[in-house]
Amino acid sequence: MAKRILVSTRKGLFEVVKGRGGWAVKDGHFLGDTITLALHDPRDGTDYAAFHHGHFGVKLHRRLKGKKWVEVTTPKYPEKPEGLVDLDGWGKPVKWSTQMIWALEPDGEGGLWCGTMPGGLFRSRDKGNTWEIMESLWRHPDRNKWLGGGADIPGMHSICVDSRDSKTVRVAVSCGGVWVTHDGGTTWAQTAHGMKFDQGPSSEIESPDGQDPHMMVQSPSEPDKFWVQHHAGIFKSVNGAKKWTRVKAKPSSFGFGVVVHPKDADTAWFVPGIKDEKRIPVDGALVVTRTRDGGKTFKSLKKGLPQKNAYDVVFRHGLAIDETGDVLVMGSSTGNLWVSENQGDSWAQVSGTLPQIYAVRFAG
Amino acid sequence: MVKVHFTSNLRRHVDCPVVDCEGATAREVLLQVFKTNERLQTYVLDDQGALRKHMRILVDGLAISDLEKQSDAVKPQSEIWVMQALSGG
Repeated sequence: MAKRILVSTRKGLFEVVKGRGGWAVKDGHFLGDTITLALHDPRDGTDYAAFHHGHFGVKLHRRLKGKKWVEVTTPKYPEKPEGLVDLDGWGKPVKWSTQMIWALEPDGEGGLWCGTMPGGLFRSRDKGNTWEIMESLWRHPDRNKWLGGGADIPGMHSICVDSRDSKTVRVAVSCGGVWVTHDGGTTWAQTAHGMKFDQGPSSEIESPDGQDPHMMVQSPSEPDKFWVQHHAGIFKSVNGAKKWTRVKAKPSSFGFGVVVHPKDADTAWFVPGIKDEKRIPVDGALVVTRTRDGGKTFKSLKKGLPQKNAYDVVFRHGLAIDETGDVLVMGSSTGNLWVSENQGDSWAQVSGTLPQIYAVRFAG
Repeated sequence: MVKVHFTSNLRRHVDCPVVDCEGATAREVLLQVFKTNERLQTYVLDDQGALRKHMRILVDGLAISDLEKQSDAVKPQSEIWVMQALSGG
């Protein structure tokens, strides 16, 4: 069972550990700085923290096991060709510069994948000392159909490396659908077919390239099964993300985060809210929804969560599950942090005073 | 020699004392500084070499106008300040 959590916030990175008295905030790092995401690499114990200095740009720091934090290289976009007209799906010029690190994942071969805004996918084979952009995806002509959703610009937030073959990688983009490579990144194909918005021009609502998956997870136990919390609801795939079907949950299917049980592909959790124009818990009551039957039914889990005057939003990386499938952690926009040790049946508040929480991640 | 100053806000993240350099434009001077301090460049300029959005470079008290290429002229005895506008809560 996990004993440590990395909590990335608007004002620092916090380590939350489990001791005799339960879960508690132990250490704060980089206090005052915005940390958008952190990763604990279980292969070698290295921690990574992605910064967003408003004025000084995006940065990446690394802490080798037992060592101190040091700044390493931030993924850098190639030089934009002179005269190139590169527009996004809104028709706005694309700035070839890393504006957010939005996904960090082990690549299954000793390296790292990194997803960014404005949509570039990068790979490092030396723990972040150097990075190379996936030119094949960045230069794909359909990339110009991608557009910003909640953010002003497109962003890659989910990277799923297939446990059966590390050359098969699926990434999700807001808003750019889901893309898959089966050859380690040489070629890519759109694979968001079946996702759809509720309204808009008929030619657009089912167009894969404009879909807005908020978060995508792949089942470790049945890797052909995927869950997506989409802007317009919840979608699942049972055939390797080739085709997506919609499922509905109450009190709402809108949300950002999703996690799947590591040993049961049909069990997944979501944090619902009133849909896009409001983005707050329904009736001011925060709940987590859980399905155990692949989306046929959902149960609202609320024990230990505030049921009055709660206006927490759990961002897409604000929900995580440990390797046992029993422990979940959830951090919110108002600095609340909760842990459940019984698959969400009940929750205990660890803190109500942290800065705005962007991401949580178990760290061994 | 052109004297280049950086704010304490920037020095919190990367070591950048006052330095004397040569160059005919702000860009040339900055590149001289970055030659021995590569990490500093990523804090001041973006991936394409443009001045970051909230950064400002003042040459003898006047903000440069070429934010993309920093081609504004400097004199041999000019003073450059690399600054930023702090905001937020």
